[in-house]
Amino acid sequence: MEPKSVVSVMTGRAILKIVRRAYFDHNATTPLHSEVLHAVTTAMAECFGNASSIHRDGQRAKQMLEEARRQVAAKVGVKAEELVFTSGGTESNNLAIFGTRPRHIITSVIEHPAVLNVCQELERRGTEVSWVRVSSSGVIDPDDVRRAMRPETDLISVMAVNNEIGTVQPVSELLDFGVTVHSDCVQALGKVELPAAHLLSFSAHKIHGPKGIGALAVRKGTTLHKATFGGHHERDRRPGTENVPGAVGFGAAAERCGSGASTIAALRDRLEAGILDRVPHTAVQGRDAPRVANTANIRFDGVEGEAMVIALDLRGFSVSSGAACSSGAVEPSHVLTAIGLSKEQARSCLRFSMGEANTVDEVDALISAVAACAERLRKLSPTYA
Amino acid sequence: MPEPPIAVAMSGGVDSSVVAGLLKRDGHEIVGMTMQLWNQRRLPELETEYAGGRCCSLDDVYDARAVAGMLEIPYYVVNFEDRFERAVVRPFVDSYLKGETPIPCTLCNNFIKFDQFLEMADAAGAEKIATGHYARIGYDASTGRWQMARSADATKDQTYFLWGLTQAQLSRALFPLGSMTKPEVRQLAVDLRIPVANKPDSQEICFVPNGDYAGFIDAYFREQGIARELEGGEIVTTNGDVLGHHAGTHRFTVGQRRGLGIAARDPLYVIETNPSTRRVVVGGDRDLRRDKFDVRDCNWVSISEPIAPVRAEVRIRNKHQPSAATVSACEGGGASVTFDDPQRAITPGQAAVFYSGDLVLGGGWIA
Repeated sequence: MEPKSVVSVMTGRAILKIVRRAYFDHNATTPLHSEVLHAVTTAMAECFGNASSIHRDGQRAKQMLEEARRQVAAKVGVKAEELVFTSGGTESNNLAIFGTRPRHIITSVIEHPAVLNVCQELERRGTEVSWVRVSSSGVIDPDDVRRAMRPETDLISVMAVNNEIGTVQPVSELLDFGVTVHSDCVQALGKVELPAAHLLSFSAHKIHGPKGIGALAVRKGTTLHKATFGGHHERDRRPGTENVPGAVGFGAAAERCGSGASTIAALRDRLEAGILDRVPHTAVQGRDAPRVANTANIRFDGVEGEAMVIALDLRGFSVSSGAACSSGAVEPSHVLTAIGLSKEQARSCLRFSMGEANTVDEVDALISAVAACAERLRKLSPTYA
Repeated sequence: MPEPPIAVAMSGGVDSSVVAGLLKRDGHEIVGMTMQLWNQRRLPELETEYAGGRCCSLDDVYDARAVAGMLEIPYYVVNFEDRFERAVVRPFVDSYLKGETPIPCTLCNNFIKFDQFLEMADAAGAEKIATGHYARIGYDASTGRWQMARSADATKDQTYFLWGLTQAQLSRALFPLGSMTKPEVRQLAVDLRIPVANKPDSQEICFVPNGDYAGFIDAYFREQGIARELEGGEIVTTNGDVLGHHAGTHRFTVGQRRGLGIAARDPLYVIETNPSTRRVVVGGDRDLRRDKFDVRDCNWVSISEPIAPVRAEVRIRNKHQPSAATVSACEGGGASVTFDDPQRAITPGQAAVFYSGDLVLGGGWIA
């Protein structure tokens, strides 16, 4: 990307040689859309009331909250009263799984840590958990879920779309087994048709909304206990003073999300074709499976993904590799080892996730930068011949 | 062409923070990186009350990140856990079990800090790396060699751990603190407004924060699911008289006096540990002194491998006062060392570093 001079917002000092940036990490988070920003700041400025208060200030906040609830519910295909606002995808998953109080859960080995670690915690507390494997293209087989079913099975939790390789899971087929199905839909919203699960988790910041707000859709007739305790908010399902500006932002983001999917698919295909064409010894993970349009996970044999992320970052491109651990270092992805990659191969993968603002020029510049970085790192690599 | 950036290894401590601050002040473009080497949570039984100074603690990473943020430099945490375990922790454990007293810091310098870190520096487009080590590097145009010398602050000198660096590694390393004293560095930290100016220095081996090496090895084996038989044995004199029993040779190191559990008129020291016979040999101060020993896997730093014996001052552990000796390189990369005066506790697994004045001639592992 072209260099330009930028002034630090924090210190007012000029930072020289800052390069213009292109963002290809939309599965991590997305930039706030200007309309969403306007809706959030308006709500913050004009409506401070507590949505549970009796007076007019409270009523105004409640109105905005319920309008936002209608917007999000309409987008995800449930009734407004079936939608519970939470602090985000992680809390939604915790509420869904802990709130079901399961005796036996079936889940997949490629879940996001916000499901995986909840199930592991339940396992420590004595709940039985069956872990369903995935194919080499990163998809579960409903027959494996069927085989894991037991008389006491009372929850199946499978993500709709994998965050690292973008594969779409056959969640709707899991409804045939007659137990509650939860689906982490954080990466699915606005990208694919949502599964008809009983419990669905969402997050606003993946669709150009604000951070700190998410939702759990709880279809009528689904038993859900509380997972945190306090007041009687959210129809007595999730206590805590409502985050009205957050909800308003989520509503505004939901209203406009899902646009530009075909353009994004074209960009993704251009990126994959360009990289595979220009960089030898590369492979696309999950290519044979149904995938969302925006995600490309590409393996560069003999290249440290972590080094690539740094090299590309310094050239102005934001991409990702693996999962960040508590220190911020990268750990080899459990998803990539689950689809059969070795630890070394998993370390050599990069995830590019597009958004509606990406352009053809950015993609072409990224392809050139990736080709240059991969070539340089391979020259330096002692293991790559 | 702008000057390529310098990659600074930032631990979150005062020294490496000052290095970053200095280079930034002098107008260099720099990239900060913290190496994630070991996950302390793996062996929770080794937790200590005092959390500072341990390797890769989250607090240290937060400190390093805060310094990088203040300096407005790009900053990354890089994960070297796999390599660290393979190149440092396992050899440390193996060496201990062989009856040696290993120095993991040297392995870490040779194979992590000046090896894998260089690869990450390459990724960032950096040619040079800078660390907070106390040592001096120079280039001798007449011999075409990179040389290393002790730091100006004799109390902080780290050349005992850096003798293994190759010419290629030295050619890319910068030690900006080598000519400073620790009080000067602390003052610089204050002048540069570095937030960790008063942080205490780290001690001990980073991944064994409580200094209990035998406890670490036991915990590591438990974690790896390796069952070990009780490896107790006899404590004997140099004549073979049995004085008592012990719970494992890896709990003893040459020169150790305490913890033998034997009452004797004169002080008793560990002279030798032998894992194959499971014997710990003890004796008096006189038995502990030797003048001749061999070193293996020598690395010649400031001079090329000498053909004839060289006179040098040889240091056999970090706090040892270097003593006059003759060093003869042998075939196969080793050397034999003869001290002018016998020295106490020449310990297998430790390094012997050869100096000529401040200059580091080379070093090797005590066999």
